[in-house]
Amino acid sequence: MDALIQQFFNFDIMSRALPLVLQGLAQTLLLCLIVIPLGLIGGLLFALASLARSRTLRYGMIVAIDFFRAVPPLVLLIFIYSGLPFAGLRLSPLTAVAVAFFLNTSSYYGEIYRAGIESVGHGQWDAARSTGLNAFHTLASVILPQAVRNVLPDLVSNTVEVVKLTSIASVVALPELLYSADMARSLTFNASPIVLAAAIYLVMLWPVVRLISRLERRMAS
Amino acid sequence: MNAFLETFFKPNLIAQYLPSILKGVFVTIEIALAVVISGLLLGLVLAVIRSFHIKLINVFIIVIVDMLRALPPLVIVLIVYFGLPNVGVNIPSFAVLWLVLTLVLAAFAEEIFWAGILSVPKGQWEAARSTGFGFVGTLGYIVLPQAVRLTVPPITNRTVAITKNTALGMVIGVPEILNQATSAQSFSGNATPLMMGAIAYVLLFIPVVALGRFLETRFAWRRS
Repeated sequence: MDALIQQFFNFDIMSRALPLVLQGLAQTLLLCLIVIPLGLIGGLLFALASLARSRTLRYGMIVAIDFFRAVPPLVLLIFIYSGLPFAGLRLSPLTAVAVAFFLNTSSYYGEIYRAGIESVGHGQWDAARSTGLNAFHTLASVILPQAVRNVLPDLVSNTVEVVKLTSIASVVALPELLYSADMARSLTFNASPIVLAAAIYLVMLWPVVRLISRLERRMAS
Repeated sequence: MNAFLETFFKPNLIAQYLPSILKGVFVTIEIALAVVISGLLLGLVLAVIRSFHIKLINVFIIVIVDMLRALPPLVIVLIVYFGLPNVGVNIPSFAVLWLVLTLVLAAFAEEIFWAGILSVPKGQWEAARSTGFGFVGTLGYIVLPQAVRLTVPPITNRTVAITKNTALGMVIGVPEILNQATSAQSFSGNATPLMMGAIAYVLLFIPVVALGRFLETRFAWRRS
């Protein structure tokens, strides 16, 4: 028992690792501020393209979305970060992460938006257009607000997945939360710094996970 | 064009590294199947236990499930992989990956199955009980068959998303596809093995992603 506490909950080591881990947290938050908006906007574009009138665009987009949902994000990231340099395209860790996340998370958000847009009845389109709103306004002020409300739990839940996914940036040496904690682990030969990082993830995400459960239950009833 | 082929599809490297990539494919399939079976079973068992409404046990299940849903899988993998040997527990890296992904999938599956159980109308419970079914019989013959059918699309999508995490095995040295591909890449100094690995993943997972899409549309069609 004592060994367990020494190895996983060593407060002495945790307090020494704290400054480094907090620096990592700042990077993680910054990363979230980049990749979440990128995914939300990219997802909307993906969704609109997958609902386009042009059959080529529609099917092309669906294939692309399925492709990026089939490739594990870590594979995509490593391909972009360490495969593309062979073709002469060398990206910084942050850019590589941003590109990989854009492709991966936009595909997931895109599917959610698409389900949301499809859940809004076609009569809404017809009614809005017949009152004189143009296509853009119909989408922005009539369809999307209802669509987003219908799929809100999924949007929130996917956002939690994106925040969790930022931890794979540690593999390409971007000094985010997990990377900093793992560095502290390798210096101290002790897992406590990673437990500290886990605690930080929990503090950030646990309330949201609870909220999702509640939202889902409310939607179901 | 030629340079592109030389970088990503070099024929002699494809021939040279195909065996090790295939070995990786085999390992990935093995772990993925093990995770799917044990994760879904454990999730279902937890959801069933939860339906007995024993307060203390339910609080315990909810806390564990929430934690597993809030933590990045890679964080849990590293804690288990680097922490356990220092307290005298030695388990091989593929077992660490299997254990962690099983727990994560079980957590998500429990939530989905539980939502499914809750969505079965109370009248179904009451009707079954009044025909003489016991609690377990009602759950097993009346409620679960309906609940599980409702949960097929979300369970499929979530299972795919979590089994893709087998690629995290690269970080702790599990010889799965990505690991084979990256080490072949650094030996050969060429991106061809990485491309092969990516293609292997796409071939493995596109069918299940497409299946998930199919189930979702079928499900939506039935509901309307």
